[in-house]
Amino acid sequence: MNVEVVTKNIDAGIMMLVSGDVDMNTSPTVRNSLGEVFKQGGVRVLLIDLSGVRYIDSSGIATLVEAMQNCMKKGMRLRLIELSPSVHDVFELARLASVFEIFATQNDAVAGL
Amino acid sequence: MTADKASIAEAVSLVVPSHPKYLYVVRSALYPIVVAAGFTKRDARKIILAVDEACSNIIKHAYGGDTTKTITVTVEDGAERFTVKLRDVGRKPDVSTIAPRDLGDVRPGGLGTHFMASAFDQVDYDTHLDQGTLLTLVRNKTKVKA
Repeated sequence: MNVEVVTKNIDAGIMMLVSGDVDMNTSPTVRNSLGEVFKQGGVRVLLIDLSGVRYIDSSGIATLVEAMQNCMKKGMRLRLIELSPSVHDVFELARLASVFEIFATQNDAVAGL
Repeated sequence: MTADKASIAEAVSLVVPSHPKYLYVVRSALYPIVVAAGFTKRDARKIILAVDEACSNIIKHAYGGDTTKTITVTVEDGAERFTVKLRDVGRKPDVSTIAPRDLGDVRPGGLGTHFMASAFDQVDYDTHLDQGTLLTLVRNKTKVKA
């Protein structure tokens, strides 16, 4: 099972769409894509749409925690979009659901930015 | 003498290479077995996450990233217990150092042990084998795990 990451510029900043299973095998792909985003200057907001992610493990969670820490260092805002029930369960299990800003839809996530 | 049929566990074994690309194969094979054992889809996802984390730990720590070894996953579905055994022939862990970390400390990594303890009632590392480790994960079927 592969993971696909599509990154695009939007008015508010950068939108990253992730789909597939994010596990020990595929999380380096997500991490590399995030690394490319952090190399760019002047990005104010990073939105990560997880609606296409069916499965995430601790390495995927670690990748997102690293992204959150990088965003904080760079003064960027990180918002996660549309967690499937299985992905949301993992966030709950890791007690991270209240640590991230999580939105139901892309429209909700860009509102007020 | 007739064996108590309900006490006989059905066992399924799967041998996979120690490459992370086979984690998906383990998850896919396990899901129908866990659901057929009577767990809810939500519990089945927790159990599969825990087994996936155990396999990842074997690849990372027991085999140090060597993808040429194997992991044997054996699932036993008994009337009272659902058991997953993971056998590797890699470096043995120092069991005294394995413990779930404080989840209040938000940082990357270290969640696998917590996921295993959340999904299973017993997590046992047998390091007294000639080679490697037998990790046994047991979930009681007769009580609801919080």
